[in-house]
Amino acid sequence: MHELTSTRANHLIDPSLHVWEWQIPVYLFLGGLVAGMMVISGYFLLSGRQKRTRCACFMLPSLSLILLSLGMFALFLDLEHKLYFWRLYTTFEILSPMSWGSWILMLVYPAILANLLLRLPAPLQVAFPRLQELSDQLVGHPMFVKWVGAVNMVLGGLLGVYTGILISTLAARPLWNSALLGPIFLLSGMSAAAAFVHMIAREAEERELLAKADNGFLMTELIFIALFVGGMATSTQVHQQAAGLLLGGPYTAVFWVFVVGLGIVFPLVIQLLAVNHKIQHTPVAPILVMLGGLLLRFVIVSAGQMSHWTGN
Amino acid sequence: MARFGMVIDTTKCVACMDCVVACKTENEVPEGLCRDWIVQEVKGAFPELQMEIRSERCNHCDNPPCVDCCPTGASHVEPLGLTVQVTGDVCIGCKACLASCPYDARYIHPEGYADKCTFCMHRVVEGLEPACVAVCPTRCMYFGDLDDPNSQVSRLIRSRKGHTLLPEAGTKPRIHFLT
Amino acid sequence: MPVLSRRRFLKISSGAVGLTAAGGFAGPNLSELMAAPVPGDEIRTVPTFCDICFWKCGAIAYTKNGQLWKVEGNPEDPLSRGRLCPRGTGGVGAHYDPQRLTAPLLRREKRGQEEWVEVTWDEALGFIAEKMQVIKKTHGPEAMALFSHGIGGTFFKQAFKAYGTPNIAAPSYAQCRGPRDVGFNLTFGEGVSTPERTDIRNAQCLTLIGSHLGENMHNTQVQEFAEAIEKGASIIVVDPRFSIAASKAKYYLPIKPGTDMALLLAWMNVLVNEELYDKPYVEEYGFGFEAFQAEIAPYTPEWAYPKTGITPRMIRDTAREMARYKPASLVHPGRHVTWYGDDAQRSRAIALLNALLGSWGRKGGFWSPVSMDVPGYPHPPYPDSERGKADNPGHKYPFADGALTTGIREATLTGEPYPIKGWFVYATNLMQALPNREETIRAIQGLDLMVVVDVIPSEIAGWADVVLPESIYLERHDDLNVEWFRDPFIALRQPVVESPADQKPNWWMARELAKKLGLGAYFPWNDIHEYLDQRLQAGGYSLADLEQHGIIRGDKQPVFFDEGLVPEFYTPSGKIEFFSLQLQEAGFDPVPKFNPPAEPPPGHFRLLYGRAPMHSFSRTQTNPLLAEMMEENEVWLNADIARRLGFESGQYVRLKNQDGVVSNPIRVKATQRIRGDCVYMVHGFGHTARGLGKAYLKGASDAQLITRYETDPLMGGSGMNVNFVSLELEA
Ligand SMILES: Nc1nc2c(c(=O)[nH]1)N[C@H]1C(S)=C(S)[C@@H](COP(=O)(O)OP(=O)(O)OC[C@H]3O[C@@H](n4cnc5c(=O)[nH]c(N)nc54)[C@H](O)[C@@H]3O)O[C@H]1N2
Ligand SMILES: Nc1nc2c(c(=O)[nH]1)N[C@H]1C(S)=C(S)[C@@H](COP(=O)(O)OP(=O)(O)OC[C@H]3O[C@@H](n4cnc5c(=O)[nH]c(N)nc54)[C@H](O)[C@@H]3O)O[C@H]1N2
Ligand code: SF4
Ligand code: SF4
Ligand code: SF4
Ligand code: SF4
Ligand code: SF4
Ligand SMILES: [Mo]
Repeated sequence: MHELTSTRANHLIDPSLHVWEWQIPVYLFLGGLVAGMMVISGYFLLSGRQKRTRCACFMLPSLSLILLSLGMFALFLDLEHKLYFWRLYTTFEILSPMSWGSWILMLVYPAILANLLLRLPAPLQVAFPRLQELSDQLVGHPMFVKWVGAVNMVLGGLLGVYTGILISTLAARPLWNSALLGPIFLLSGMSAAAAFVHMIAREAEERELLAKADNGFLMTELIFIALFVGGMATSTQVHQQAAGLLLGGPYTAVFWVFVVGLGIVFPLVIQLLAVNHKIQHTPVAPILVMLGGLLLRFVIVSAGQMSHWTGN
Repeated sequence: MARFGMVIDTTKCVACMDCVVACKTENEVPEGLCRDWIVQEVKGAFPELQMEIRSERCNHCDNPPCVDCCPTGASHVEPLGLTVQVTGDVCIGCKACLASCPYDARYIHPEGYADKCTFCMHRVVEGLEPACVAVCPTRCMYFGDLDDPNSQVSRLIRSRKGHTLLPEAGTKPRIHFLT
Repeated sequence: MPVLSRRRFLKISSGAVGLTAAGGFAGPNLSELMAAPVPGDEIRTVPTFCDICFWKCGAIAYTKNGQLWKVEGNPEDPLSRGRLCPRGTGGVGAHYDPQRLTAPLLRREKRGQEEWVEVTWDEALGFIAEKMQVIKKTHGPEAMALFSHGIGGTFFKQAFKAYGTPNIAAPSYAQCRGPRDVGFNLTFGEGVSTPERTDIRNAQCLTLIGSHLGENMHNTQVQEFAEAIEKGASIIVVDPRFSIAASKAKYYLPIKPGTDMALLLAWMNVLVNEELYDKPYVEEYGFGFEAFQAEIAPYTPEWAYPKTGITPRMIRDTAREMARYKPASLVHPGRHVTWYGDDAQRSRAIALLNALLGSWGRKGGFWSPVSMDVPGYPHPPYPDSERGKADNPGHKYPFADGALTTGIREATLTGEPYPIKGWFVYATNLMQALPNREETIRAIQGLDLMVVVDVIPSEIAGWADVVLPESIYLERHDDLNVEWFRDPFIALRQPVVESPADQKPNWWMARELAKKLGLGAYFPWNDIHEYLDQRLQAGGYSLADLEQHGIIRGDKQPVFFDEGLVPEFYTPSGKIEFFSLQLQEAGFDPVPKFNPPAEPPPGHFRLLYGRAPMHSFSRTQTNPLLAEMMEENEVWLNADIARRLGFESGQYVRLKNQDGVVSNPIRVKATQRIRGDCVYMVHGFGHTARGLGKAYLKGASDAQLITRYETDPLMGGSGMNVNFVSLELEA
């Protein structure tokens, strides 16, 4: 017999941590989505697709800006000491992923803006003719376009990984205690972005390309998730208990049915069939992929807060 | 330079929570929150039982994840005594440090910043013991410099059996519980 | 921001914390650590003494910018030794308690409906005085009874004695330590008194029979208990529940409740049979030892085993352990000993066991209390009562040497030996303190006047005609505490902060009431300063000095035989009475005997209760600081039984006693820390007074379930551990 009585009563922590609610998963999802979009649009720039007028890459920067700002706003909503937000930018804390993240975001914005400059949205073209002149000049320098593409790809990758690293460094919550969360969140962001762009892309070829890429991301993500859960379940007792939250615990159903089943496997099957021209492309698969990606973050953030070290 | 720590003799502690009440009045910890707390761990079956009683609080870890994860530097290691402290008006309230502490020692102050045990440095600089140590009716808590081999805490750690909490979490906690 | 000068910093390096080297600090961040107090804050300290329980620890209260901030122990005080218990530390919350009474209240509806109108002090006291005059005229002054607990009642006691009633009682006698002091008195010729005369800190073997030190937070005792642990004292704990103290014990004896007498007899049997007792001591000071020896001969450990559940081997081992360290072997006399109705005899058995160990008058055993000489304030003689006290008619309880609360209640109900028509209740919640609440309510219903002085709208206040709101102890003066202790001292209670509303101190109320009753001559002083000053001056001390230090200590005096204290026993034989002729003459057992307690009916558990360290009785549940430490009580149920019956920790149940009384919902604590034949709860919860805010109906009340009690035939104490409950899941 082992009885443990603790008299602590700090409401955000006892009986289990619940410091982060919807804002953080939403922020992580939108961050991941934008990361994926940056990689995709960067790739399009690098691969010269921006020469086609209907290339999706032209829509992505402005959408990214909006989505990223929404994500940042969600993060802002989560802060308890909002008026001190600016303190993030008075220091760089080399050991803090969150500090890295906030500075990465500081770089991400100009990168996206540079991308945006390459094809100003119509209203801006009219409103700021000087900008349009600049845009025209820049597009004339292929090296510049390539650089913008490369920078977007790199920063997108960093952003995507960061969304996973952010929580995986919080070693006090065993479920988050895996280096695989970085790649998983990156892949999930890539797949969500691919799905999203797939939906909005106007060219069939692009759509096809993105569906194929998405399938690749989804398959890799599946493998990483399997490694993550398997690794956790065979690690120390504390981690086994954490894995238990996903394997026979309160999060099992939502994780396996919705995140893995409906969010990855099912859309993967549909898209494989579509890519092989067995069925038509529909928005069903992309929407499921995006919802799955969002839910993945909710589950990991929430279950992670329930996981804890025993012995205390 | 000093490295402050605590030694708590669980064989004397009676779980009275005086240390908790004293911390609350001394530091004006808001209602519903606490910087220290009591854990009672019972093993065995009646009547063959062992019980360990611990007064717990921030361990002012030598390797503090709460400082590492802090994006603003609000959580920092104070040169004085190498204690882990939070500067309220630098903190943005992101709660990463709450999530990073394996001992759940932190909370968000109603004013929005992360807060926790300070080792009562405002008293220590006046030559006083931390409030919880000073109040404890069983005198089971000791505070001092772990780097000074002649300090009472160092001597107790050397001469008595004891343990720290969750050493496997790698934080190198600085509160030692004598058993 | 505080300027932390190097000088101040260096102070630490040689200070208590032993900082080895200075330097490397003084970042601006340090200002953040200085949350309390911020320099510029005006800090004031006032020494006083605590009143959250009756231990009266010396304290130093701090105000910050005029607001009460914290209370610490007064290092000069021998009781607190600079440290308060959690309740004393949380005393701050009594001042800030949102539930406090603010103005005198007059009853508007039927008694117990808790419907009031606010009145002025003049109206309230005028109303009371008028009624008291009528009662005096029609029934005589004895028809007024005063229930008063604690030092704050001093002036009311004076007023009521002046008025002419001898009926003044506190639950600390018949519901607490009365039987203990009677048992010790019958044996040693003196009681154990309060603060207990136990030398715990020097005990090399300490036996605790139910005394749950660490939960029972009487400060000095707990401090000394820890000291004994640190010194490696051998600790023996007898308790049906694995108490905090049990967790510190070398020997834990999980006794069947109510059978301690059998264990005590068996221990004595072993000490005598194996000749382990302190022979020279017994020979020199003992009376009737042979007869005693013959009486206890049958009580072998084998005899005690089936009764107590403690194995013969354990009984022998622990008896030998006690003997090994004699005379520094203390069997704690307990304090709240009103358990089974045989309590005076059980306490006498504990006294006898101590006598065998030679611990009375010896270091590590019992010291003899000393005090300082501070004369009382002179007053006219009190009128003599022709009829005597009403609580113990015909000396039904021949060894009662204190007034019985339950006796006054009985007289109120029966009108015998004469009618009681008015109750004046000061600082005691009779609803939670007396057994059988229904009887208390019936008694109150028959009264012509019921007055309660309290600080919160307590349950007893709910039954009053007039409620008088008192200033809490941090807001008032009280009489001097001229303590009887190991070290003699005088302590002062003085106000730290003002009362937040129209509350008044007891001395003011008592004096104003006396004036209205035409008894002003008994309160000739103009204010409390004058009273205190006069008393101190008469003793050769200075009020100014006391105001500054809170404590004046006297010279050390011998408190043990080997320090020169003359062994004197105020018994009829002048010796330690192993065999009591007094008892024999009165028709009682001259040497204690064991009577087995009743067994719980099937499906029932014996209801036991006790203390939680952070609460005092029923008086701290609305204190915001202390309530936060423990919001509600739980019912402890053996984990194996709980599993069998399908109860889980955290579930709410209701307890139903043998008489069908059902409690408030209370949470189950399924634990290995208790026997399977009893349940346990912390006393003081389950308040039924509507004005108590968050404490209203929080947890359950043991007192409510104590409908039965066994009256001690020697002295009238109320044995309350005789109720049985079953558990019903709360839907
Ligand atoms: N069922 C049961 N009965 C018991 C006990 C038990 O454990 N269980 N314990 C017994 C023992 S050991 C004892 S000593 C007694 C204790 O019995 P009581 O002394 O009656 O204890 P409380 O229940 O705390 O009631 C004290 C009352 O005084 C009020 N009060 C507090 N401070 C002040 C003040 O400054 N001024 C005034 N005027 N009022 C104040 C409180 O609000 C409360 O209403 O009870 C005995 N009865
Ligand atoms: N925190 C706090 N401390 C207090 C008080 C308070 O209100 N709060 N009140 C003070 C006062 S006035 C008093 S009188 C004391 C009371 O405190 P104590 O005198 O120490 O204890 P009791 O209330 O008599 O007994 C409670 C203990 O006895 C055990 N017990 C119950 N039945 C039996 C039995 O049949 N045999 C044996 N051996 N043990 C049994 C219970 O499990 C429990 O551990 O506490 C004092 N200290
Ligand atoms: S004050 Fe001391 S004895 Fe009481 S709980 Fe805290 S550490 Fe333990
Ligand atoms: S106990 Fe927690 S809050 Fe304190 S230093 Fe260690 S990790 Fe940080
Ligand atoms: S909550 Fe404050 S102290 Fe904690 S990590 Fe965030 S900024 Fe740092
Ligand atoms: S050291 Fe000070 S802040 Fe820390 S728990 Fe003790 S009293 Fe509270
Ligand atoms: S024992 Fe505690 S509550 Fe009682 S007087 Fe002392 S400090 Fe106050
Ligand atoms: Mo008592």
